[in-house]
Amino acid sequence: MRKMLAAVSRVLAGAAQKPASRVLIASRNFANDATFDIKKCDLHRLEEGPPVTTVLTREDGLKYYRMMQTVRRMELKADQLYKQKIIRGFCHLCDGQEACCVGLEAGINPTDHLITAYRAHGFTFTRGLPVRAILAELTGRRGGCAKGKGGSMHMYAKNFYGGNGIVGAQVPLGAGIALACKYNGKDEVCLTLYGDGAANQGQIFEAYNMAALWKLPCIFICENNRYGMGTSVERAAASTDYYKRGDFIPGLRVDGMDILCVREATKFAAAYCRSGKGPILMELQTYRYHGHSMSDPGVSYRTREEIQEVRSKSDPIMLLKDRMVNSNLASVEELKEIDVEVRKEIEDAAQFATADPEPPLEELGYHIYSSDPPFEVRGANQWIKFKSVS
Amino acid sequence: MATLAGVLRGPWRQVSGLVKRRFHRSAPAALQLTVREAINQGMDEELERDEKVFLLGEEVAQYDGAYKVSRGLWKKYGDKRIIDTPISEMGFAGIAVGAAMAGLRPICEFMTFNFSMQAIDQVINSAAKTYYMSAGLQPVPIVFRGPNGASAGVAAQHSQCFAAWYGHCPGLKVVSPWNSEDAKGLIKSAIRDDNPVVMLENELMYGVAFELPTEAQSKDFLIPIGKAKIERQGTHITVVAHSRPVGHCLEAAAVLSKEGIECEVINLRTIRPMDIEAIEASVMKTNHLVTVEGGWPQFGVGAEICARIMEGPAFNFLDAPAVRVTGADVPMPYAKILEDNSIPQVKDIIFAVKKTLNV
Repeated sequence: MRKMLAAVSRVLAGAAQKPASRVLIASRNFANDATFDIKKCDLHRLEEGPPVTTVLTREDGLKYYRMMQTVRRMELKADQLYKQKIIRGFCHLCDGQEACCVGLEAGINPTDHLITAYRAHGFTFTRGLPVRAILAELTGRRGGCAKGKGGSMHMYAKNFYGGNGIVGAQVPLGAGIALACKYNGKDEVCLTLYGDGAANQGQIFEAYNMAALWKLPCIFICENNRYGMGTSVERAAASTDYYKRGDFIPGLRVDGMDILCVREATKFAAAYCRSGKGPILMELQTYRYHGHSMSDPGVSYRTREEIQEVRSKSDPIMLLKDRMVNSNLASVEELKEIDVEVRKEIEDAAQFATADPEPPLEELGYHIYSSDPPFEVRGANQWIKFKSVS
Repeated sequence: MATLAGVLRGPWRQVSGLVKRRFHRSAPAALQLTVREAINQGMDEELERDEKVFLLGEEVAQYDGAYKVSRGLWKKYGDKRIIDTPISEMGFAGIAVGAAMAGLRPICEFMTFNFSMQAIDQVINSAAKTYYMSAGLQPVPIVFRGPNGASAGVAAQHSQCFAAWYGHCPGLKVVSPWNSEDAKGLIKSAIRDDNPVVMLENELMYGVAFELPTEAQSKDFLIPIGKAKIERQGTHITVVAHSRPVGHCLEAAAVLSKEGIECEVINLRTIRPMDIEAIEASVMKTNHLVTVEGGWPQFGVGAEICARIMEGPAFNFLDAPAVRVTGADVPMPYAKILEDNSIPQVKDIIFAVKKTLNV
């Protein structure tokens, strides 16, 4: 009897706020969790790898779905705003790679650290910044997460060190953050990301060497989306086994389109680092639907057929959705509702990003130095002076 | 290497290593300290004061420093705080910047600033610009230090002065000590500063001893970054220099004084932010200006000083065009006669002063 009363009151309460379909969903029974097989990772210098099955709870599944959909829609909105010339300059989109940013975040703690290169909007979101702050930074407004001073490639959040424009430079930075983790002794790790193009940068090998020498808790992550700008991996690398390029550093190659695979591999790698064994390398095999940036249509060096094939067979959001629906973790309608909510959230954020004013000209000189008293900064000629405040 | 005692110049005498650092604390009288010891002391005090401070670079730990500037620090603080790196400037400079972003306070030593060119992207793009790009969210409290400019007989690839290159960039602070007091006060200020600071030392000055005034012996002695010092008062002409050439200017001033010409010698101490007000105040008094630097003339420190003087109140007080004394506009040659004539000598400064004063 009590159960029925509870159900009825839930339904009534639900009916007061939500449309009829919601009321029906609330009374349907979903599975709490389900077990899935995931692809075995290729291993380098490792006896064992991440598990080949994993349990996904309904709650986590819905969360991952919402997060990936948010990143997807946010990037597509950025595409739209760029074509309307409301976003300027560089805009590198990560649609197709959502399982990477959401999966990595699922495998670590908020107290861990992450640094990446310029394809960073997804990570900025998963590391905790709201969509409106990201879009407003892209449109160069004062409500942007860097007050309009940074733009697409220079967004920062707690334990997220950007957003870095110089290809490869972020990798030694990440090893340095890992050094700080070890120095502070708090069992934190640093995820240090770079692409297949950056993987040939010399400074990355310098970072590998020092990270291994000093056993830094650094997870080097190569997001291999098969193309470094317009150059395919075969044309850029003598060895495209990026997970082996760390040589003396153990590595694993991960299906970067499967969020559960990414999550398990990340947990595995983080546990490895936290145990004090030193750095580890993960190659995430993934794909970007857009070109390198908004200036690149992305079809001169790859075929539309290839892009379409990935979309239809390996789309990360579709893969998660199919799994959840087929295992009764969620219904199609429920996920559609999340889609609607996400669309609205992005639309609101875009409205904000378009309407918010640009940063005040008076602040052009701000943030040159930290913790300093105000001073004067020269403008375009000797009579134009800007005040600089820390 | 070229640290040999043959580098002694002028009236300054080198003190042997017999003076023990421990006793410096209680000595009330002024004390003789080499520039090397001053930097060592400054780093030691800051390492002791704040456990987030650490030193990394090639040979800084077990070798006691390529130029022995970090002598004794590894023995005192161990592997965690004093770190020997492989020969990977771009890598370890990036690691140092990353550590600073994560809240530590690294001192990154370049064996000479010539090698910093390998890592200059990390200094400029990762360190200098980040606080601005992040709109104040991400400070980078790092010190890059090491010997800069000409040494003796080390030829072109090991003799470049980077004052102009680093001084060009907003977001960086750049300091250039001359004597021991400068070295100690500036390294301490640099380490305590929450911004990326480049400290351009001079290898030929490492072994030179100076009297350290009492206040400079305190553990909290700091020299403010961005303030020049008037080393010698004068009325006829302002002579501005940074680093080793400050000593040459004082020598030139002593010679000129005998001929009745009184030079006001300004030790810049900081390249960026430059204390142009100190130079202006002096020029408004003396009406003449000579700048002296070891680096190349084109786009150099002196060029910047001249441009700024023209833009400010001091221009109307000039009785003659400002004059620059610089390194010769060539890659540094090896043969001694060529090298000697590729850097500003005392006679070159004297000549420039007299030309400016038209005497």
